[in-house]
Amino acid sequence: MSAAPLGDSTQPFGRRTGSGQRLMGMGLRWAVLFTSAFTAQAAKIGDLTQTRWTEQAWRFVTLSDPVVRYACLGTLLLGISCGLLGSFLVVRRMALLGDALSHAVLPGVALGFLWNLEKDPLAIFIGALLAGLAGSATVSILTRTTRLKEDTALGMVLASFFGLGLCLMSMFQRLPTGNKSGIETFLFGQAAALGPGDIQVMGAVTLVVVGLLGLGYKEFLLVSFDPGFARVLALPTVWFERLLVMLLAFAVVSALQAVGVVLVSAMLIIPAATASLLTDRFHRMLVWSSCLGMISGLSGAFLSFLGTRLPTGPFMVLSASLLFALALLFSPRQGIVPRWYRQRSQRVRIERENTLKAIYQVLESDGFASETITVAALTARRRLALAAVEAEIRSLVAVEFATASGDRVALTPSGWQRACAIVRNHRLWELYLTHAAQIAPDHVHDDAEKIEHVLGEAMVRELERRLPRIDTDPHGRPIPSLPASMAGAHLGAGGAGDRPVGYGGRS
Amino acid sequence: MTLIPEFQAHRVFVEPWTTELGSHGLMALVTFLVGVTCGLIGNFLILRRMALVGDAISHSVLPGIAVAFLITGSRGIGAMVLGAMVAAWLTHGLIELISRHSRLKQDAAIGIAFSTLFAIGVVLIAIFADKVDLDQDCVLNGELPMIPLEPPVRLGGWVLGPPPLLRLVGVLVVSLVLLVTFYKELLITSFDPGLAACLGIRVGAIHHGLMLWLAMVVVASFEAVGAILVIALLILPGATASLLTDRMVPRLAWTTVHAALSAISGMHLSVALDCSPAGATVVAGAGWFCVVWLLSPTEGLIPRAWCLRRGSVDSRLRSPELRQRNESP
Repeated sequence: MSAAPLGDSTQPFGRRTGSGQRLMGMGLRWAVLFTSAFTAQAAKIGDLTQTRWTEQAWRFVTLSDPVVRYACLGTLLLGISCGLLGSFLVVRRMALLGDALSHAVLPGVALGFLWNLEKDPLAIFIGALLAGLAGSATVSILTRTTRLKEDTALGMVLASFFGLGLCLMSMFQRLPTGNKSGIETFLFGQAAALGPGDIQVMGAVTLVVVGLLGLGYKEFLLVSFDPGFARVLALPTVWFERLLVMLLAFAVVSALQAVGVVLVSAMLIIPAATASLLTDRFHRMLVWSSCLGMISGLSGAFLSFLGTRLPTGPFMVLSASLLFALALLFSPRQGIVPRWYRQRSQRVRIERENTLKAIYQVLESDGFASETITVAALTARRRLALAAVEAEIRSLVAVEFATASGDRVALTPSGWQRACAIVRNHRLWELYLTHAAQIAPDHVHDDAEKIEHVLGEAMVRELERRLPRIDTDPHGRPIPSLPASMAGAHLGAGGAGDRPVGYGGRS
Repeated sequence: MTLIPEFQAHRVFVEPWTTELGSHGLMALVTFLVGVTCGLIGNFLILRRMALVGDAISHSVLPGIAVAFLITGSRGIGAMVLGAMVAAWLTHGLIELISRHSRLKQDAAIGIAFSTLFAIGVVLIAIFADKVDLDQDCVLNGELPMIPLEPPVRLGGWVLGPPPLLRLVGVLVVSLVLLVTFYKELLITSFDPGLAACLGIRVGAIHHGLMLWLAMVVVASFEAVGAILVIALLILPGATASLLTDRMVPRLAWTTVHAALSAISGMHLSVALDCSPAGATVVAGAGWFCVVWLLSPTEGLIPRAWCLRRGSVDSRLRSPELRQRNESP
């Protein structure tokens, strides 16, 4: 049936325009901008088989013909409504309900076609809506009355309704008018087959979705993130959930013509998932998600317009997936690459600080008699291979914390200060644990070993204030204060060396 | 032509078993084989709450098959199975990657992974439509009606049947062998992965093996019933059986019964309504599920409602005052 060229649908297009005008009469007049296109006989994508893709691209970019305008407007509307509702699905971990719902509408679409044997957007909308609601009701009844788990119930409803839909469609296609109706475009989507009637339905749906979500934003947010608290506040959570499923069915059904039954769920999930990687705030997620939905919708329509007989839905989904992959890799806070980079630089910093601490300890072991230490002594203290220690010394030299000559290493003033700070953090924390938490002195080292790298300046000052004396640690070694001259030089505050100054180890 | 053809009992109930045995009977046999093969593995998917991973894999084998076609230029079963297994592996890897390296949960990861791969498959098929011997319709509907038309394989004077039928028989045999060999491991890892790990069973290996087995089953069935209806045949028989019994072996037996019933009734339904045979099989399977849902002795809606109204013997036996009376003679 997919072999039926789309060009065949030019004949029913005239009838479709008629039904569109009927709908106009029903008061949905917001698409008045496009009224001029009603009379123009729109060229279908099938007529364009002979043109080159550059011309096609030009036609798309200049929005010169009504098909393109309808396709663009439709995909934009779809991006908004799917993006908004998809965000709720993703944060509520109900992503696969969208999948089930979108497959379950197929019998409704077929029945909508049967209503008067032509592509009447309103009939299809109502049929699909009823089927979608029946599907989601079946899922909830199944999980309540049987031992079946939700995933099984979703899968069953999805596939059984879809099977029923395919049966009805195959019966419908035997009818003389069946093959010309364009019902196939509902499976994989064809934005170029959108007519004015479709645009009106989509516009109305988007308005309803945006309006209801705007009116009940606080309640929807509460019900989604903390249903228990919402119940305590005597909100009718069940009704809000039903309303959400209803809106979801609205959005799925209105997006069918452009994306197709099979991939609608992807347009719900992928932009919202991308948005959740980009921000932590729900209202920003809603905005991101609808923007991403619109971008992927438009680029999908554009790509499928370039060739002939290319379905729209898969291209939209691929654009959305590409954006998702970019966000997964490069999102500033959640992305894999930035996170990997942050972890790596932190690891490098901790290694560096450990080496500084080891140098300090070697210096301390001979009572600060000499300014320099040998690489061999450092290697013994760090318990690492010689090559690894030499690499660490090179990295210290590179950031000017140390100087190396031959087999001897010396700390620069800034390196010395940093080493003091780390050792000070370590010993202060040990002292705090033995003093305030009553932990035995031989149990505190491992904990301090970890926390010395992350104690911030505020925490160090708090420790200084709480501890009665801060001259020796629990093991009897002196706690270094920052050398007066250096502290003055580096912290820029005169006399800061009079009292012990600590600061965190952050680089 | 009307939507619903006139009902003729002879055409619907007798002819498929007599004159049309070569086509309709064969189609019923093929759907039965698909139903059993899918149902066996589907039982384990349901137990592991991986029904929707089955859904994901049945969608995402499509690009694997399409790429295998484009590379080899033929419909060799080897290339197809290999392509599908790679695709299944990729889906599994993508789901793990997304759910492990981001804040998204598994449901969103499943949705993203399979719809992306499915979209790639559809795009490949649409772009290389003239090179790939698959169309978008076949992806959804399967080519059940085409199977009887394929030239049968002959072996030394014996007519063995068309190639897809033989492939399905082969996959069923392999599935049965796998099931019998690894029954204990599958059962333990499904019910209690912790215990399985303690016993030295490699839970991860069994899981990956199950994925590959699923990919093989899905590829073989895909050709007959299409990508989306495979999920119905994966879940429906097992779900029906789980409402009838608690034990695994009877469950597998009920799975087979359900597959046979839905194959036969689906075939009659498709003859009666003259509609897509794969769709009709799924509708019939769903119908049998509904029957069991209503009437199952232990789980059914009607027996339970009846028991509640009468106050069941079981609940009366458990009631506190009866127990007290029994304990103090």
